[in-house]
Amino acid sequence: MASQEILREEPSRGSFINDPRIRSLFFQTLVVILLFGSIWWIINNVIENLQRLHIASGFQFLKSRAGFDISDTPIAYTSDATYGRALIVGLLNTIIVAVAGIVIATIVGFIIGIGRLSQNWLIRKICTVYVEIFRNIPPLLVIFFWYSGVLAVLPPPRESIHLPFGSFLNQRGFYFPRAIWGDGSWLIGVALLLAIAMAWFVAHKARQRQRATGQQFPVFWTSVALIIGLPVLAFFLGGMPLTFDFPKQSTFNLTGGFWVKPEFLSLLLALSFYTAAFIAEIVRAGIRGVSKGQSEAAAALGLRSGPIMRLVVVPQAMRIVIPPLTSQYLNLTKNSSLAIAIGYPDLTATAGTVLNQTGQAVEGVFIMMIAYLVLSLVTSFVMNIVNARMALVER
Amino acid sequence: MQEHDMSWVRTEMALAQPAPPTEHGAYAWVRKNLIGSVGDAILTILGIAIVLWILPQVINWAFINAVWSGPDRTVCATVSQGGVQPDGWTGACWAFVNAKFGQLMFGTYPIEERWRPILVGILFVLLLVPMLIPRVPRKGLNAILLFVALPIVSFFLLVGGVFGLPHVETPRWGGLLVTLSLSFVGIAVSLPLGIMLALGRRSKMPIVKWLCVVFIETVRGIPLITVLFFASVMLPLFLPAGVTFDKYLRALIGVSLFAAAYMAEVVRGGLQAIPRGQYEGADSLGLGYWQKMGLIVLPQALKLVIPGIVNTFIGMLKDTSLVLIISMFDLLGVVKQNFADPNWATPQTPKSGLIFAAFVFWLLCFGMSRYSMYTERRLDTGYRR
Amino acid sequence: MKHIAIGILGAAALGFMASAASAGTLDTVKQKGFIQCGVSTGLAGFSAPDDKGEWKGIDADFCRAVAAAVFGDGSKVKFTPLSAKERFTALQSGEIDILSRNTTWTSNRDSALGLDFVGVTYYDGQGFMINAKKLPGVNSALQLSGAAVCVQSGTTTELNLADYFKKNKMEYNPVVFEKLEEVNAAYDAGRCDAYTTDQSGLYGIRLTLSSPADHVVLPEIISKEPLGPAVRQGDDQWAHIARWTYFALLNAEEAGITQANVDEMKTSTDPNIQRILGTEPDGKYGADLGLSNDWVVNIVKAVGNYGEMFERNVGSGSPLKIARGINALWTKGGLQYGPPIR
Repeated sequence: MASQEILREEPSRGSFINDPRIRSLFFQTLVVILLFGSIWWIINNVIENLQRLHIASGFQFLKSRAGFDISDTPIAYTSDATYGRALIVGLLNTIIVAVAGIVIATIVGFIIGIGRLSQNWLIRKICTVYVEIFRNIPPLLVIFFWYSGVLAVLPPPRESIHLPFGSFLNQRGFYFPRAIWGDGSWLIGVALLLAIAMAWFVAHKARQRQRATGQQFPVFWTSVALIIGLPVLAFFLGGMPLTFDFPKQSTFNLTGGFWVKPEFLSLLLALSFYTAAFIAEIVRAGIRGVSKGQSEAAAALGLRSGPIMRLVVVPQAMRIVIPPLTSQYLNLTKNSSLAIAIGYPDLTATAGTVLNQTGQAVEGVFIMMIAYLVLSLVTSFVMNIVNARMALVER
Repeated sequence: MQEHDMSWVRTEMALAQPAPPTEHGAYAWVRKNLIGSVGDAILTILGIAIVLWILPQVINWAFINAVWSGPDRTVCATVSQGGVQPDGWTGACWAFVNAKFGQLMFGTYPIEERWRPILVGILFVLLLVPMLIPRVPRKGLNAILLFVALPIVSFFLLVGGVFGLPHVETPRWGGLLVTLSLSFVGIAVSLPLGIMLALGRRSKMPIVKWLCVVFIETVRGIPLITVLFFASVMLPLFLPAGVTFDKYLRALIGVSLFAAAYMAEVVRGGLQAIPRGQYEGADSLGLGYWQKMGLIVLPQALKLVIPGIVNTFIGMLKDTSLVLIISMFDLLGVVKQNFADPNWATPQTPKSGLIFAAFVFWLLCFGMSRYSMYTERRLDTGYRR
Repeated sequence: MKHIAIGILGAAALGFMASAASAGTLDTVKQKGFIQCGVSTGLAGFSAPDDKGEWKGIDADFCRAVAAAVFGDGSKVKFTPLSAKERFTALQSGEIDILSRNTTWTSNRDSALGLDFVGVTYYDGQGFMINAKKLPGVNSALQLSGAAVCVQSGTTTELNLADYFKKNKMEYNPVVFEKLEEVNAAYDAGRCDAYTTDQSGLYGIRLTLSSPADHVVLPEIISKEPLGPAVRQGDDQWAHIARWTYFALLNAEEAGITQANVDEMKTSTDPNIQRILGTEPDGKYGADLGLSNDWVVNIVKAVGNYGEMFERNVGSGSPLKIARGINALWTKGGLQYGPPIR
């Protein structure tokens, strides 16, 4: 950099065209003019087109009555609600499937990734076949497979498969009892929060003590006991304020209980299993990226295989794993827009319907893009924080 | 003294003892790889169970019980569904794929004109194969033919309207023709565009840099479907009244811009990996910006990121399947479209069609990834420690 | 944005770009030599490609009729398959010249979407179809409370469905898909109890199910679905041509002019027939529209009269076997009424 600064201060050729600063200025001005020119041109065209064709514009439509129903509604929604609320329902559905997908894909991906490094030949081969199949077919196909598979395998509602705890499984989805919390259930929530706080405190103290004296404390089991024990205690103290709403057979479908629809199930499974293949490869590369000397040195220090993994290999592997993992999470979120192909009402599908009912394509696509951008930025932001915490602290 | 020296030097090597039976042969391999420990043995049993559970079903369905040819749905339907198969039969309906093969490859491209895409395909293979084999000489000429001459020739052959070839409008294109042409042209467009974006992002001109950053991050932050929606429903409103262009071309633009953003990030990775000394060396030789990039930096950077580029291509090939959502008919789109044909509506048809499509995609993508691994090994000229 | 501009330039270079003057659609159409017609991606009886990629159906035939009126040749038409979502933009942007895609005429579409409907080529109403084998005893839509209902998104159907169940205080689970094929597949796989769309569509779709005989269409019609072609707003001449092509089809049927007898009819002395066929001395009804005087002859030669078009595509001559019903001529108790050509 420094050498260039010097060069710039003494232009070797006297010509004004060859001065890099002037050239850069000229070029950038050109780009700005071109950019604003095309933006102006496009906006002008859009306005002209909309006026010429008498198409409504603006975002007022968000406040008008939607008139259509949505199958999965995490928040209260009827056909009397507004288009704006319909879009929020879509956004929430996207977030739900993306978060659930990320959790499952991470778990499956880690299992398969470790499986590919297994000592066991058969497990290694099975995991390789899995990865090679799923990595090389389009996610849309995976979604179609799951959907037609789920619909083909499950029985119609009148021949539902009975599962334990009053759950049912049929073509219309997976039904299970819904917990109804009665009076005094707030006590349980408070107890849970209290337990988490206490567990964190214990862990903190235990770490301090280990640093000071070298003595260890069974933090994990204490935390488990606290987090499970306290709410259970509160449950009995509060007089067991819990009843269940069981699904029941009615004319067409089961009613009552909690209901997961096959569209959601197949989208979730397809996205997780597809992304898991990529995560598996990332995990494999991460673990192999930790040099063998590290675990040998740890062994030489007298650590057992569990702590070697936990304290030496995994923290180093995570540093390699997290950046590509972030982009897989982003991919999964974006791929959730394929829900449109099997009728899960995610953001793309709802925005598409709104766009079509109102005819306001520009606004509809704009909202869709902004929403996905925000989702992506939030995911990146969270993963960057995680990454920063994992990063090697160099002096 | 020496006569009493009892030391003895062996003049010939002792014969090697055979390894103990636990260390060689099939048994040792099994012991080491399958039943190394109790946990391993349990995993092995589990694995065998999974394989035994899945494999016979798959083989039965795809080969033994499959129907390979037939005139209509009756061959793939059971008696109760109005067909000839015994009740309870399940098997692949390859007859469906067989009967629709022309459509799966070319869509509704006129039958008497189908020699044109076939010819393009043959030319493509003829140019691609020597390109892929490292020993074949004249790579430069080959590349020019493949990336410049072939697209032009193909364009005229496929679209027609000149030299007495009847015009075939793009809505009649379909099947594998659309999948491959979209991805090939997309690749040819997105690579140079991606390189420009990557260079722009590392440019010292702030405005150019920020434009590229905004473009790349925006496109990477939204799903391809949104880009395709944008191209299919919004782009027409961006143009002056009466100016429209082909849906195929709009999809092509969408897919290329999308891939270019990803390509830019891959190329940027390569650019960052080139040591500063290379840039400074080029500067000290007095090379201009484009000379420095074109002769020194890019050749090294691109070589480093070949796997990434191929992965982007694979992603793009897979992504072309999304055009079915904006009602264009690529391979997957044609397969889905044909499920509606009452002549072939059986419970087995969708599965067979989807698996055929999956197999074609898999073959293409797997081939590409294997080739990239091979190239990576061949070009591995010492950047990696 | 810069890259979009580059892309557009590239597009121009590739020669894909169809530039049309913003002048009248008729001039543009005549200049390029064909009509670009927006149709559905495949709905039997209305617009669906056959094995050879030929578009069949009432909607496709209507475009052929317009082409015959303009060019004297019904084959000078190119079809663009469109999803429900794309259809309006395609017309607004000029990608297509006429939208003939079983589209319901509503006030909002006429006023806020930049469309201009030219007539009702098919009076339809929304109905329900169920699998009678799986649901014995259901013979009215009012018994569908609690049912899962398959429906295509982005249509008036979706809105009517919501209104109907709300009005009758019934519950339902909507199962909404983007594309018709997907709705069909899901219904066939048993994902829903009922399928709702326009009744004509139900008959067509039933044919594509794996066991058509098990499915019945319920008697209730829950909405008015006047399906017809639309053109861009603000081009009266083009709208007139499309509208009068439709009326010409009706007038031809009413006057008994068919594909087979149109040449004989040209010698008819009936002044009405003479006016329709443009054989009246110094009549210039075709020329006033910007067409040739024998425009109706060309239309009828290309696709027949309205009745022939109907029977061939959805009526007794087709697998759908839909009765004329309210789509009969007004003289036969239906709603199809063509204002006179004079």
